[in-house]
Order: sequence, then C-alpha cells, then structure tokens
Amino acid sequence: MKSKFLAIFALGLGVLIFSPPLTAHHGYAAYETDRKVTVKGTVTEWFWANPHCVLQLDVTDEHGQVVHWGAETENPTTMSRNGWTKDSIKPGDQITITVLPVKNGKPVGRIIEVVLSNGQKLAGRVNPASEVKPEDPPK
Amino acid sequence: MLKPLVATAVVLAALSLSPRVHSQADKPRSPASTIPGLDGWGRPIVPVAKDQKSAPAPKHDISGVWDAPNGSGTQVLGAAAAPEDGKPEHKLPYTPAGLEALKLTKPMNGVRSVLPAESNDPVFSCDPQGFPRDDLHELRTTQILQRPDSVVILYTYGKIWRVIWTDGRELPKDPEPRWFGYSVGKWVDDYTLVVETKGMDERTWLDRAGRPHSADLRVEERFHRLDRDHLELTVTIDDPKMYTRPWVALDKFHFELQPPTFDVHEMICSPSEFSQYNKLLGNSISERETH
Repeated sequence: MKSKFLAIFALGLGVLIFSPPLTAHHGYAAYETDRKVTVKGTVTEWFWANPHCVLQLDVTDEHGQVVHWGAETENPTTMSRNGWTKDSIKPGDQITITVLPVKNGKPVGRIIEVVLSNGQKLAGRVNPASEVKPEDPPK
Repeated sequence: MLKPLVATAVVLAALSLSPRVHSQADKPRSPASTIPGLDGWGRPIVPVAKDQKSAPAPKHDISGVWDAPNGSGTQVLGAAAAPEDGKPEHKLPYTPAGLEALKLTKPMNGVRSVLPAESNDPVFSCDPQGFPRDDLHELRTTQILQRPDSVVILYTYGKIWRVIWTDGRELPKDPEPRWFGYSVGKWVDDYTLVVETKGMDERTWLDRAGRPHSADLRVEERFHRLDRDHLELTVTIDDPKMYTRPWVALDKFHFELQPPTFDVHEMICSPSEFSQYNKLLGNSISERETH
C-alpha cells in the first residue's frame, strides 16, 4: 500500500516538473530558448544578406523523409565578427547545425553553431540569456 | 510487482530534478568564435591589446575609426544606460503623455516584445533610425572626420552621416524637423566636445525598445577622448513632454581606435532584402504555433 502511494506520488512529481516551464517571450520571442536541436544535412541555399543570413538545408529524418530546414544567423556585418563570409557555406556542403528551434513546430531555427564537413566550427551569435523575461509594462 | 514501478517513478522524478534549463545561465548559447573577425574588406581585425598603455590624447581631436567592441553598441533592449529590462533602476521617468506614447510602440525585444510580424518598429520598414537612435541602437564602427568648421560622423548602420557644426553658430529657433535633427558642438576642454541637437522628426523611436520622443526633444552628447586609443560617449535625453526629467541614455560608452586602414562594412536596410528574408524565413518564424 505504502509502495503504491510512493509510486503514484513520484510519478505525479515527475509529470509536474516535466511540464514545460512558463517562460515568457523574449527578443527571441519566436524561439524556444531552453533547448537546442542538432540536424545534419545538405545545404541547398546560403543567403548572405540583411537583415539575417539564411541557410536552407535538406535533412533526411529517421523515416527517410527529406525535411527542408531553414535557419538564420545575424546580419553579415555581425557574422563577419565571427569570421563568417559569403563563402563560408556553399550549396552542396554537408554540414551539421545546432539551433534554437522555432516555437511553432516548423523546421526552422536560429543558428547556435555550424560544423562543416572538414570539422571547422562556425560560431553563431546566440545568447538568449542576455535578454530578459518580460514583466508588466511600466505603470 | 510494484517495486519496479516505484523504482521507475523515482528515477523519473530524479531526472526531472536534474538541472534541465530553468535558469538564464543554463540557456543554450553559441560558443566563442575561434576565427578572427573580418573588416569590410575581408581582412582580419586586430584586437586592441587590453593592457597596452596608450599614448596621450591629441587635443581638440576626436577623429578616427572608432570601434564599439564586442557588440556593445547593439543595444537590443534599448539605450545601454537604461535598458527596458524591468529593473527598477532602469525605469524611465515618463510623463502621462510619455506613457501613452510608449504604449503605441511594439518593439521586437525587451519586456514589451512582440513577434517580428507584429512589430511596428519603423526601422524594420527601412525608415531611417534618425537621431539619437543612431547612438542608441546598432552603434557600431563609427568614423569621425574633423574639418575646420564641423565634425562629420559616419555611422555603419544605415550607412548614414551627421554634421555637427563647430563654427560657433546657434541652433535654429524653429527648424523644420529632420530625421537627424540639427547639431552644434563646442570644446569645453582640450579633450571633450559637447554637442547639442534639436529638431528631430517625431516619427523616430529613441531606441529599439520603442521609447518615444516629441518634437521638443533636445539631446546632449559628450565625446571625451581619454587617450589616443579610447573615446567615451555620454548621451543625455531631455524631453519635458515625454519625461519628467533628463535621463542618461549612454553613460561613457566606450570606443576603441582602429587603424585608419580599417574598412567599415556596409549595412543598409534594403526593402527588397527584407522582402526576400520574409519569404525565405521571416513569415514562417512569425506564424503561430501549430502544436
């Protein structure tokens, strides 16, 4: 009886804590900022342009389906500070990207890091901790 | 039979108590880059040595290519000395009219942020930032040129410039509003240029957080050269219609001198590029959750 009670209590506690945290929206308003996703695929397009550079990547999922991912970085001027150029990535490249996934469930993300096929790492400029949880508007 | 169930439940609870991300410090973030930064010509940027003692400042001279290190001038939460982060010490002294005007702005960052497609930030429809927002948002590598009668400042963001007249003229009495206003400056000592600006267009936001201003806004900038390699900028906002007292928006913002051969990136708001971005990604990002 006691064991059964403990089991139910522990299960309940686990479910409660696994509930998604009620984080509010930030400047990263459209993105989940508490987890990251890593995918590997083939570059189809790399747009080195304002306001954000955009990468398009074909990723084959566990079911063998090709998923068309889109991912963004900051603008070219900012990314140049991390050594990125318009030639850092090319269509056809096999790369791995780690992103903050977008909240709406689409295969879209904000690039934390890219690893090229030769192992070189390109650092993004993601730091959601630098922005704060919204509170009530100023009274 | 219940023992495995209890064990499973206890493990589940223990896993959930492990430090899955709850604190700001745990959030995923990009690592530091191991590749040197590049200037606009694609040449490596040479970092300014931190402990290097600099030569004395030249007198009456703030000219140079001045870099805002480590993205410090981006100011996505609003003016760096008073960001809209909900902290009491950063709360601005709004008048009732100022608060009403604030409610009309929908910024993409900070405590009042909305989704990109819901923002009415005029800069994202490629309106000019105007002044003083060019100091209070996306303040990047800034080139300062000095002529006998004026100081000309070239800003990276938007590839725009301002002229500060130093020939002793007074500010105009009732000028036609301009995006970047009208500026006059004078040297208050050998190393400090104080600039007064008025006549700014009311359509601009003060900063990325959407702080408002009226046509009565007056801004003071103090450019103070510490030594050969370091310049500080302090910006004070004075707008009695919107704020009950003047407030400091930038407090000794730090610039570092780059070589005169440093090529500045071009950073221009192009409506066609924005449209392309929205089609490629922006619209997908802004769609509401489907799960």
